Amino acid sequence: MPLIEVKDLALAYEGHVVAKNINFTVNEGDYLCIIGENGSGKTTLMKAILGLLKIYSGEINFGEGLTQTEIGYMPQRTDIQKDFPATCYEVVLSGTLGSKKFKPFYSKEDKKRVEENMAILGIEDLKKRSFQDLSGGQQQRVLLARALCATEKIILLDEPVTGLDPIVTAEMYGIIKRLNEEHGIAVIMISHDIAGAIDSASHILHLHHEPLFFGTKDEYLLNQAAKDFLGGENK
Amino acid sequence: MSFTQMFADPMISEIIIKAILVGFMVSLCSSLLGVSLVLKRFSMIGDGLSHFGFFAVAIATTTKAFDIILNGKQISFALEFEMAVVVLVAIIILRINNSKTKGDAAIAIFSTAGIALGSIIYNVTGNNTMDVCTSLFGSTSIFTISNTDLVFTMIISLLVLAMFVVFYSRIFAVTFDPEFSKATGTSANFYNTLIAILTAVTIVIGMKMMGAIMISGLIIFPALSAMRVCKSFKGVVLTSAVFSVICFLIGFFIACRFSFQTGPTVVTIDVGAFLIFLLISKLKARKKVESI
Repeated sequence: MPLIEVKDLALAYEGHVVAKNINFTVNEGDYLCIIGENGSGKTTLMKAILGLLKIYSGEINFGEGLTQTEIGYMPQRTDIQKDFPATCYEVVLSGTLGSKKFKPFYSKEDKKRVEENMAILGIEDLKKRSFQDLSGGQQQRVLLARALCATEKIILLDEPVTGLDPIVTAEMYGIIKRLNEEHGIAVIMISHDIAGAIDSASHILHLHHEPLFFGTKDEYLLNQAAKDFLGGENK
Repeated sequence: MSFTQMFADPMISEIIIKAILVGFMVSLCSSLLGVSLVLKRFSMIGDGLSHFGFFAVAIATTTKAFDIILNGKQISFALEFEMAVVVLVAIIILRINNSKTKGDAAIAIFSTAGIALGSIIYNVTGNNTMDVCTSLFGSTSIFTISNTDLVFTMIISLLVLAMFVVFYSRIFAVTFDPEFSKATGTSANFYNTLIAILTAVTIVIGMKMMGAIMISGLIIFPALSAMRVCKSFKGVVLTSAVFSVICFLIGFFIACRFSFQTGPTVVTIDVGAFLIFLLISKLKARKKVESI
Protein backbone atom coordinates (compact mmCIF):
# COMPACT_ATOMS: atom_id res chain seq x y z
CA MET A 1 0.00 0.00 0.00
CA PRO A 2 1.51 3.35 -0.97
CA LEU A 3 1.69 6.30 1.40
CA ILE A 4 -0.28 8.45 -0.99
CA GLU A 5 -2.33 7.29 -3.95
CA VAL A 6 -3.88 9.84 -6.30
CA LYS A 7 -6.59 8.53 -8.63
CA ASP A 8 -8.18 10.38 -11.58
CA LEU A 9 -7.87 13.62 -9.70
CA ALA A 10 -9.29 16.85 -11.10
CA LEU A 11 -8.87 20.16 -9.35
CA ALA A 12 -10.68 23.43 -9.75
CA TYR A 13 -9.92 26.92 -8.59
CA GLU A 14 -12.87 29.28 -8.26
CA GLY A 15 -14.96 27.04 -10.51
CA HIS A 16 -12.36 26.59 -13.27
CA VAL A 17 -10.70 23.22 -13.71
CA VAL A 18 -6.96 23.87 -13.57
CA ALA A 19 -5.64 20.30 -13.54
CA LYS A 20 -7.12 16.93 -14.43
CA ASN A 21 -6.40 13.24 -15.11
CA ILE A 22 -3.81 13.18 -12.37
CA ASN A 23 -2.71 9.69 -11.31
CA PHE A 24 0.36 8.89 -9.26
CA THR A 25 1.55 7.14 -6.11
CA VAL A 26 4.14 7.90 -3.47
CA ASN A 27 5.65 4.92 -1.65
CA GLU A 28 7.74 4.82 1.50
CA GLY A 29 11.20 6.19 0.83
CA ASP A 30 10.26 7.79 -2.51
CA TYR A 31 11.53 11.18 -3.56
CA LEU A 32 8.95 12.63 -5.91
CA CYS A 33 9.59 15.87 -7.69
CA ILE A 34 6.56 17.67 -9.11
CA ILE A 35 7.74 20.01 -11.82
CA GLY A 36 6.07 22.37 -14.22
CA GLU A 37 5.91 25.99 -15.17
CA ASN A 38 4.13 28.66 -13.14
CA GLY A 39 0.38 28.24 -13.42
CA SER A 40 0.65 24.57 -14.38
CA GLY A 41 -1.40 23.44 -11.37
CA LYS A 42 1.48 22.38 -9.10
CA THR A 43 0.45 24.53 -6.18
CA THR A 44 -3.20 23.57 -6.55
CA LEU A 45 -2.22 19.89 -6.49
CA MET A 46 -0.11 20.46 -3.41
CA LYS A 47 -2.98 22.19 -1.60
CA ALA A 48 -5.27 19.29 -2.44
CA ILE A 49 -2.78 16.76 -1.05
CA LEU A 50 -2.61 18.77 2.18
CA GLY A 51 -6.39 19.08 2.42
CA LEU A 52 -6.32 22.86 2.02
CA LEU A 53 -8.43 22.67 -1.13
CA LYS A 54 -11.53 20.67 -1.93
CA ILE A 55 -11.16 17.97 -4.55
CA TYR A 56 -13.22 18.59 -7.71
CA SER A 57 -13.35 14.92 -8.66
CA GLY A 58 -11.30 11.77 -8.17
CA GLU A 59 -9.64 10.77 -4.93
CA ILE A 60 -6.53 11.02 -2.79
CA ASN A 61 -5.97 8.04 -0.48
CA PHE A 62 -3.53 7.71 2.36
CA GLY A 63 -2.00 4.39 3.39
CA GLU A 64 0.54 2.81 5.75
CA GLY A 65 -1.04 4.55 8.74
CA LEU A 66 -0.49 8.00 7.27
CA THR A 67 -3.24 10.58 7.72
CA GLN A 68 -3.56 13.82 5.81
CA THR A 69 -2.50 16.03 8.74
CA GLU A 70 0.69 13.98 9.31
CA ILE A 71 2.39 15.34 6.20
CA GLY A 72 5.31 17.55 7.19
CA TYR A 73 4.56 20.64 5.14
CA MET A 74 7.22 23.22 4.39
CA PRO A 75 5.48 26.23 2.85
CA GLN A 76 7.13 29.21 1.23
CA ARG A 77 8.04 32.03 3.56
CA THR A 78 5.34 34.69 3.91
CA ASP A 79 5.47 38.46 4.22
CA ILE A 80 4.09 38.33 7.76
CA GLN A 81 7.11 36.29 8.86
CA LYS A 82 9.57 38.98 7.76
CA ASP A 83 9.05 41.03 10.92
CA PHE A 84 7.47 38.39 13.12
CA PRO A 85 8.90 38.24 16.64
CA ALA A 86 9.61 34.56 17.26
CA THR A 87 12.66 32.54 18.20
CA CYS A 88 13.60 29.58 16.03
CA TYR A 89 12.79 27.32 18.96
CA GLU A 90 9.25 28.71 19.14
CA VAL A 91 8.79 28.18 15.41
CA VAL A 92 10.08 24.59 15.37
CA LEU A 93 8.13 23.70 18.53
CA SER A 94 4.88 24.75 16.86
CA GLY A 95 5.42 21.88 14.40
CA THR A 96 4.53 19.36 17.11
CA LEU A 97 1.05 20.84 17.70
CA GLY A 98 -0.76 18.72 15.13
CA SER A 99 0.06 15.50 16.98
CA LYS A 100 -1.14 16.85 20.34
CA LYS A 101 -4.89 16.70 19.71
CA PHE A 102 -6.40 18.78 22.53
CA LYS A 103 -3.50 18.97 24.98
CA PRO A 104 -2.80 22.65 25.59
CA PHE A 105 0.87 22.61 26.61
CA TYR A 106 4.04 21.13 25.11
CA SER A 107 5.35 17.92 26.70
CA LYS A 108 8.91 16.78 27.36
CA GLU A 109 8.69 14.46 24.34
CA ASP A 110 7.70 17.40 22.11
CA LYS A 111 10.72 19.36 23.27
CA LYS A 112 13.00 16.35 22.80
CA ARG A 113 11.70 15.97 19.25
CA VAL A 114 12.49 19.60 18.56
CA GLU A 115 16.06 19.18 19.86
CA GLU A 116 16.56 16.09 17.69
CA ASN A 117 15.25 17.68 14.52
CA MET A 118 17.22 20.88 15.04
CA ALA A 119 20.33 18.71 15.47
CA ILE A 120 19.60 16.82 12.23
CA LEU A 121 19.46 20.12 10.35
CA GLY A 122 22.47 21.57 12.16
CA ILE A 123 20.63 24.55 13.63
CA GLU A 124 20.95 23.85 17.38
CA ASP A 125 22.94 27.04 17.83
CA LEU A 126 20.13 29.11 16.28
CA LYS A 127 17.66 28.04 18.98
CA LYS A 128 17.40 31.38 20.75
CA ARG A 129 17.95 33.52 17.66
CA SER A 130 15.09 35.51 16.24
CA PHE A 131 13.60 34.04 13.08
CA GLN A 132 13.45 37.40 11.31
CA ASP A 133 17.19 38.00 11.80
CA LEU A 134 18.29 34.82 10.00
CA SER A 135 19.49 34.44 6.44
CA GLY A 136 17.16 32.89 3.86
CA GLY A 137 18.93 29.53 4.01
CA GLN A 138 18.79 29.43 7.81
CA GLN A 139 15.10 30.32 7.77
CA GLN A 140 14.43 27.48 5.34
CA ARG A 141 16.21 25.05 7.65
CA VAL A 142 14.07 26.22 10.57
CA LEU A 143 10.90 25.72 8.53
CA LEU A 144 12.15 22.29 7.46
CA ALA A 145 12.82 21.37 11.10
CA ARG A 146 9.26 22.43 11.92
CA ALA A 147 7.97 20.25 9.09
CA LEU A 148 9.92 17.28 10.46
CA CYS A 149 8.27 17.79 13.86
CA ALA A 150 4.88 17.34 12.22
CA THR A 151 5.63 14.01 10.55
CA GLU A 152 7.18 10.57 10.89
CA LYS A 153 7.02 9.52 7.27
CA ILE A 154 6.74 12.19 4.61
CA ILE A 155 7.57 15.83 3.95
CA LEU A 156 6.08 18.09 1.30
CA LEU A 157 8.25 20.99 0.22
CA ASP A 158 6.92 23.97 -1.70
CA GLU A 159 9.69 25.57 -3.80
CA PRO A 160 12.29 25.07 -1.06
CA VAL A 161 15.10 26.93 -2.82
CA THR A 162 13.25 30.09 -3.88
CA GLY A 163 15.35 33.15 -3.18
CA LEU A 164 18.46 31.22 -2.14
CA ASP A 165 21.87 31.73 -3.72
CA PRO A 166 23.49 28.82 -5.63
CA ILE A 167 25.68 27.62 -2.76
CA VAL A 168 22.83 27.64 -0.22
CA THR A 169 20.57 26.03 -2.83
CA ALA A 170 23.02 23.15 -3.20
CA GLU A 171 23.18 22.79 0.58
CA MET A 172 19.39 22.70 0.78
CA TYR A 173 19.16 19.95 -1.84
CA GLY A 174 21.87 18.08 0.07
CA ILE A 175 19.90 18.25 3.30
CA ILE A 176 16.72 17.02 1.61
CA LYS A 177 18.60 14.15 0.01
CA ARG A 178 20.09 13.19 3.37
CA LEU A 179 16.66 13.21 5.05
CA ASN A 180 15.41 10.92 2.30
CA GLU A 181 18.35 8.51 2.21
CA GLU A 182 19.51 8.38 5.83
CA HIS A 183 16.28 8.99 7.70
CA GLY A 184 13.98 7.18 5.28
CA ILE A 185 11.58 10.09 4.96
CA ALA A 186 9.59 10.21 1.73
CA VAL A 187 9.81 13.55 -0.05
CA ILE A 188 7.41 15.39 -2.32
CA MET A 189 8.97 18.52 -3.72
CA ILE A 190 7.27 21.16 -5.84
CA SER A 191 9.72 23.05 -7.98
CA HIS A 192 10.21 25.05 -11.12
CA ASP A 193 13.99 24.73 -10.77
CA ILE A 194 13.83 21.63 -12.96
CA ALA A 195 17.49 20.99 -13.63
CA GLY A 196 18.50 21.27 -9.96
CA ALA A 197 15.43 19.69 -8.41
CA ILE A 198 15.34 16.40 -10.32
CA ASP A 199 18.96 15.61 -9.54
CA SER A 200 18.30 13.58 -6.39
CA ALA A 201 14.67 12.67 -7.11
CA SER A 202 13.60 9.06 -7.59
CA HIS A 203 10.34 9.91 -9.37
CA ILE A 204 9.13 12.78 -11.49
CA LEU A 205 5.65 14.15 -12.10
CA HIS A 206 5.72 16.70 -14.90
CA LEU A 207 2.53 18.70 -14.78
CA HIS A 208 0.99 21.02 -17.30
CA HIS A 209 -2.70 21.06 -16.36
CA GLU A 210 -2.46 17.35 -17.09
CA PRO A 211 0.45 15.10 -16.30
CA LEU A 212 2.91 15.14 -19.22
CA PHE A 213 4.86 12.42 -17.48
CA PHE A 214 4.89 10.29 -14.35
CA GLY A 215 7.58 7.69 -13.66
CA THR A 216 11.11 7.23 -12.45
CA LYS A 217 13.72 9.87 -13.05
CA ASP A 218 15.71 7.64 -15.42
CA GLU A 219 12.67 7.11 -17.61
CA TYR A 220 12.00 10.80 -17.52
CA LEU A 221 15.45 11.73 -18.72
CA LEU A 222 14.90 9.55 -21.77
CA ASN A 223 11.52 11.06 -22.37
CA GLN A 224 11.15 13.47 -25.21
CA ALA A 225 9.12 15.98 -23.25
CA ALA A 226 11.92 16.25 -20.79
CA LYS A 227 14.55 16.68 -23.45
CA ASP A 228 12.57 19.52 -24.96
CA PHE A 229 12.10 21.17 -21.64
CA LEU A 230 15.69 20.82 -20.49
CA GLY A 231 16.93 21.88 -23.89
CA GLY A 232 14.67 24.90 -23.76
CA GLU A 233 16.09 25.85 -20.40
CA ASN A 234 19.66 25.79 -21.65
CA LYS A 235 19.17 27.89 -24.74
CA MET B 1 -8.46 66.16 45.84
CA SER B 2 -5.37 64.18 46.77
CA PHE B 3 -5.20 60.40 46.65
CA THR B 4 -5.04 60.08 50.42
CA GLN B 5 -8.20 62.14 50.68
CA MET B 6 -9.86 60.05 48.01
CA PHE B 7 -9.02 56.81 49.71
CA ALA B 8 -10.03 58.21 53.09
CA ASP B 9 -13.59 58.46 51.86
CA PRO B 10 -14.92 54.87 51.86
CA MET B 11 -17.50 55.64 49.15
CA ILE B 12 -14.94 57.06 46.73
CA SER B 13 -12.27 54.48 47.51
CA GLU B 14 -14.71 51.69 46.70
CA ILE B 15 -15.46 53.29 43.33
CA ILE B 16 -11.75 53.71 42.61
CA ILE B 17 -10.91 50.13 43.53
CA LYS B 18 -13.68 48.85 41.26
CA ALA B 19 -12.46 51.05 38.43
CA ILE B 20 -8.87 49.86 38.87
CA LEU B 21 -10.02 46.24 38.85
CA VAL B 22 -11.92 46.68 35.57
CA GLY B 23 -9.21 48.78 33.95
CA PHE B 24 -6.47 46.37 35.00
CA MET B 25 -8.24 43.33 33.53
CA VAL B 26 -9.25 45.13 30.33
CA SER B 27 -5.69 46.43 29.79
CA LEU B 28 -4.28 42.97 30.39
CA CYS B 29 -6.69 41.11 28.08
CA SER B 30 -6.53 43.65 25.26
CA SER B 31 -2.72 43.73 25.29
CA LEU B 32 -2.50 39.92 24.97
CA LEU B 33 -5.02 39.71 22.14
CA GLY B 34 -3.39 42.74 20.51
CA VAL B 35 -0.15 40.83 19.87
CA SER B 36 -1.86 38.37 17.57
CA LEU B 37 -4.08 41.01 15.93
CA VAL B 38 -1.21 43.39 15.17
CA LEU B 39 0.95 40.58 13.75
CA LYS B 40 -1.92 39.38 11.56
CA ARG B 41 -2.29 42.93 10.17
CA PHE B 42 -5.73 43.02 11.75
CA SER B 43 -5.27 45.79 14.31
CA MET B 44 -8.18 47.83 12.98
CA ILE B 45 -10.71 45.20 14.04
CA GLY B 46 -10.75 46.83 17.48
CA ASP B 47 -12.02 50.04 15.87
CA GLY B 48 -14.72 48.28 13.88
CA LEU B 49 -15.97 46.42 16.93
CA SER B 50 -15.88 49.29 19.39
CA HIS B 51 -17.48 51.80 17.01
CA PHE B 52 -20.33 49.41 16.42
CA GLY B 53 -20.41 48.91 20.17
CA PHE B 54 -21.11 52.66 20.44
CA PHE B 55 -24.32 52.01 18.51
CA ALA B 56 -25.27 49.16 20.85
CA VAL B 57 -24.59 51.36 23.88
CA ALA B 58 -26.74 54.10 22.36
CA ILE B 59 -29.65 51.70 21.98
CA ALA B 60 -29.26 50.33 25.49
CA THR B 61 -28.87 53.68 27.27
CA THR B 62 -31.61 55.59 25.43
CA THR B 63 -34.32 52.92 25.27
CA LYS B 64 -33.51 51.33 28.63
CA ALA B 65 -35.02 48.20 27.07
CA PHE B 66 -32.55 46.01 28.89
CA ASP B 67 -33.16 47.35 32.38
CA ILE B 68 -35.54 44.84 33.82
CA ILE B 69 -37.29 45.06 37.17
CA LEU B 70 -37.24 41.72 38.91
CA ASN B 71 -38.80 41.25 42.37
CA GLY B 72 -38.69 45.01 42.84
CA LYS B 73 -34.98 45.13 42.03
CA GLN B 74 -33.68 46.75 38.87
CA ILE B 75 -31.25 44.59 36.90
CA SER B 76 -29.56 45.80 33.75
CA PHE B 77 -28.75 43.47 30.87
CA ALA B 78 -27.32 46.31 28.79
CA LEU B 79 -23.78 44.90 28.99
CA GLU B 80 -24.96 41.44 27.91
CA PHE B 81 -26.87 42.97 25.00
CA GLU B 82 -23.85 44.99 23.87
CA MET B 83 -21.68 41.92 24.09
CA ALA B 84 -24.04 39.88 21.93
CA VAL B 85 -24.12 42.60 19.26
CA VAL B 86 -20.35 43.10 19.15
CA VAL B 87 -19.59 39.36 19.10
CA LEU B 88 -21.99 39.02 16.18
CA VAL B 89 -20.20 41.85 14.36
CA ALA B 90 -16.84 40.13 14.99
CA ILE B 91 -18.13 36.95 13.38
CA ILE B 92 -19.59 38.85 10.42
CA ILE B 93 -16.32 40.74 9.86
CA LEU B 94 -14.41 37.45 9.77
CA ARG B 95 -16.93 35.96 7.36
CA ILE B 96 -16.60 38.91 4.99
CA ASN B 97 -12.83 38.71 5.38
CA ASN B 98 -12.91 35.14 4.11
CA SER B 99 -14.96 36.11 1.07
CA LYS B 100 -13.84 38.46 -1.67
CA THR B 101 -14.23 41.77 0.17
CA LYS B 102 -11.08 42.03 2.20
CA GLY B 103 -11.00 42.63 5.94
CA ASP B 104 -10.30 46.33 6.02
CA ALA B 105 -13.39 47.15 3.97
CA ALA B 106 -15.56 45.07 6.29
CA ILE B 107 -14.09 46.83 9.30
CA ALA B 108 -14.61 50.26 7.72
CA ILE B 109 -18.27 49.46 7.05
CA PHE B 110 -19.02 48.61 10.68
CA SER B 111 -16.77 51.33 12.03
CA THR B 112 -18.48 54.24 10.29
CA ALA B 113 -21.98 52.75 10.34
CA GLY B 114 -21.72 52.21 14.10
CA ILE B 115 -20.79 55.80 14.87
CA ALA B 116 -23.39 57.19 12.45
CA LEU B 117 -26.26 55.06 13.73
CA GLY B 118 -25.29 55.64 17.35
CA SER B 119 -25.17 59.42 16.90
CA ILE B 120 -28.55 59.44 15.15
CA ILE B 121 -30.08 57.55 18.05
CA TYR B 122 -28.78 60.12 20.51
CA ASN B 123 -30.14 62.89 18.23
CA VAL B 124 -33.57 61.33 17.89
CA THR B 125 -33.96 60.69 21.59
CA GLY B 126 -32.74 64.18 22.40
CA ASN B 127 -30.05 63.04 24.81
CA ASN B 128 -27.47 65.65 25.58
CA THR B 129 -24.02 65.72 24.05
CA MET B 130 -22.59 64.71 27.42
CA ASP B 131 -23.84 61.13 26.89
CA VAL B 132 -22.37 61.00 23.39
CA CYS B 133 -19.08 62.33 24.64
CA THR B 134 -18.95 59.83 27.51
CA SER B 135 -19.60 56.80 25.36
CA LEU B 136 -17.09 57.95 22.73
CA PHE B 137 -14.25 58.95 25.03
CA GLY B 138 -15.01 57.14 28.27
CA SER B 139 -16.21 58.21 31.64
CA THR B 140 -14.94 61.44 33.14
CA SER B 141 -12.42 60.65 35.85
CA ILE B 142 -14.62 58.58 38.15
CA PHE B 143 -16.15 55.55 36.53
CA THR B 144 -19.12 53.83 38.13
CA ILE B 145 -20.11 50.23 37.69
CA SER B 146 -22.83 48.23 39.40
CA ASN B 147 -21.82 45.22 41.49
CA THR B 148 -23.52 42.77 39.13
CA ASP B 149 -21.71 44.31 36.14
CA LEU B 150 -18.44 44.18 38.07
CA VAL B 151 -18.85 40.47 38.79
CA PHE B 152 -19.83 39.82 35.17
CA THR B 153 -16.82 41.83 33.93
CA MET B 154 -14.43 39.93 36.19
CA ILE B 155 -15.77 36.54 35.13
CA ILE B 156 -15.54 37.43 31.44
CA SER B 157 -12.03 38.85 31.70
CA LEU B 158 -10.77 35.85 33.67
CA LEU B 159 -12.27 33.62 31.00
CA VAL B 160 -10.47 35.58 28.28
CA LEU B 161 -7.20 35.23 30.19
CA ALA B 162 -7.71 31.51 30.74
CA MET B 163 -8.53 30.94 27.05
CA PHE B 164 -5.44 32.86 26.01
CA VAL B 165 -3.19 30.79 28.29
CA VAL B 166 -4.73 27.46 27.28
CA PHE B 167 -4.59 28.23 23.56
CA TYR B 168 -1.34 30.22 23.67
CA SER B 169 0.70 27.79 21.56
CA ARG B 170 -2.07 27.41 18.98
CA ILE B 171 -2.58 31.16 18.80
CA PHE B 172 1.14 31.51 18.09
CA ALA B 173 1.02 28.81 15.41
CA VAL B 174 -1.97 30.20 13.50
CA THR B 175 -0.60 33.74 13.71
CA PHE B 176 2.85 32.77 12.44
CA ASP B 177 1.70 30.46 9.68
CA PRO B 178 -2.02 29.75 9.13
CA GLU B 179 -1.38 27.53 6.08
CA PHE B 180 1.02 25.23 7.93
CA SER B 181 -1.38 25.07 10.88
CA LYS B 182 -4.30 24.09 8.66
CA ALA B 183 -2.24 21.47 6.86
CA THR B 184 -1.12 19.86 10.12
CA GLY B 185 -4.56 19.77 11.69
CA THR B 186 -4.87 23.01 13.70
CA SER B 187 -7.91 24.88 12.43
CA ALA B 188 -6.76 28.42 11.74
CA ASN B 189 -10.36 29.53 11.16
CA PHE B 190 -11.41 28.30 14.58
CA TYR B 191 -8.64 30.15 16.38
CA ASN B 192 -9.11 33.30 14.30
CA THR B 193 -12.78 33.29 15.28
CA LEU B 194 -11.85 32.64 18.90
CA ILE B 195 -9.46 35.61 18.94
CA ALA B 196 -12.09 37.84 17.33
CA ILE B 197 -14.73 36.81 19.87
CA LEU B 198 -12.37 37.30 22.81
CA THR B 199 -11.47 40.72 21.40
CA ALA B 200 -15.16 41.59 21.06
CA VAL B 201 -16.00 40.75 24.67
CA THR B 202 -12.88 42.54 25.96
CA ILE B 203 -13.85 45.66 24.04
CA VAL B 204 -17.37 45.61 25.44
CA ILE B 205 -16.26 45.33 29.05
CA GLY B 206 -13.70 48.09 28.60
CA MET B 207 -15.75 50.43 26.46
CA LYS B 208 -17.65 52.23 29.21
CA MET B 209 -14.47 53.17 31.00
CA MET B 210 -12.18 53.85 28.05
CA GLY B 211 -14.69 54.99 25.46
CA ALA B 212 -15.61 53.55 22.08
CA ILE B 213 -13.05 55.57 20.15
CA MET B 214 -10.19 55.02 22.59
CA ILE B 215 -10.42 51.33 23.41
CA SER B 216 -8.58 50.07 20.33
CA GLY B 217 -5.54 52.04 21.48
CA LEU B 218 -5.25 49.49 24.28
CA ILE B 219 -5.07 46.74 21.69
CA ILE B 220 -2.40 48.14 19.40
CA PHE B 221 0.05 50.23 21.46
CA PRO B 222 1.24 47.58 23.93
CA ALA B 223 1.89 45.03 21.16
CA LEU B 224 3.57 47.55 18.84
CA SER B 225 5.81 48.78 21.64
CA ALA B 226 6.78 45.29 22.80
CA MET B 227 7.66 44.34 19.21
CA ARG B 228 10.21 47.18 19.14
CA VAL B 229 12.31 45.61 21.89
CA CYS B 230 11.56 41.86 21.98
CA LYS B 231 12.51 39.23 19.47
CA SER B 232 10.60 36.24 20.86
CA PHE B 233 6.84 35.77 20.81
CA LYS B 234 6.78 34.99 24.51
CA GLY B 235 8.82 38.10 25.23
CA VAL B 236 6.45 40.25 23.18
CA VAL B 237 3.38 38.81 24.94
CA LEU B 238 4.79 39.33 28.45
CA THR B 239 6.21 42.80 27.71
CA SER B 240 2.96 43.84 26.08
CA ALA B 241 0.97 42.79 29.17
CA VAL B 242 3.26 44.59 31.63
CA PHE B 243 3.41 47.69 29.38
CA SER B 244 -0.37 47.86 29.13
CA VAL B 245 -1.06 47.47 32.84
CA ILE B 246 1.58 50.04 33.89
CA CYS B 247 0.36 52.57 31.32
CA PHE B 248 -3.19 52.07 32.53
CA LEU B 249 -2.28 52.62 36.18
CA ILE B 250 -0.28 55.79 35.42
CA GLY B 251 -3.00 57.10 33.10
CA PHE B 252 -5.76 56.29 35.55
CA PHE B 253 -4.16 58.13 38.46
CA ILE B 254 -3.39 61.16 36.31
CA ALA B 255 -6.99 61.16 35.09
CA CYS B 256 -8.25 61.02 38.69
CA ARG B 257 -5.87 63.69 39.91
CA PHE B 258 -6.67 66.23 37.18
CA SER B 259 -10.24 65.11 36.42
CA PHE B 260 -9.35 64.12 32.86
CA GLN B 261 -11.27 61.54 30.90
CA THR B 262 -9.81 58.10 31.55
CA GLY B 263 -9.64 56.76 27.96
CA PRO B 264 -7.74 59.61 26.33
CA THR B 265 -5.38 59.91 29.32
CA VAL B 266 -4.48 56.23 29.29
CA VAL B 267 -4.02 56.22 25.51
CA THR B 268 -1.83 59.34 25.72
CA ILE B 269 0.41 57.53 28.22
CA ASP B 270 0.46 54.55 25.83
CA VAL B 271 1.55 56.80 22.95
CA GLY B 272 4.29 58.36 25.09
CA ALA B 273 5.59 54.98 26.20
CA PHE B 274 5.46 53.71 22.60
CA LEU B 275 7.66 56.62 21.49
CA ILE B 276 10.15 55.78 24.24
CA PHE B 277 10.26 52.14 23.08
CA LEU B 278 10.68 53.30 19.49
CA LEU B 279 13.62 55.46 20.52
CA ILE B 280 15.20 52.57 22.44
CA SER B 281 14.96 50.28 19.42
CA LYS B 282 16.47 52.93 17.12
CA LEU B 283 19.37 53.48 19.51
CA LYS B 284 19.91 49.73 19.78
CA ALA B 285 19.94 49.40 15.98
CA ARG B 286 22.47 52.22 15.70
CA LYS B 287 24.71 50.61 18.33
CA LYS B 288 24.57 47.37 16.38
CA VAL B 289 25.65 49.14 13.18
CA GLU B 290 28.48 50.90 15.01
CA SER B 291 29.74 47.65 16.52
CA ILE B 292 29.94 46.14 13.03
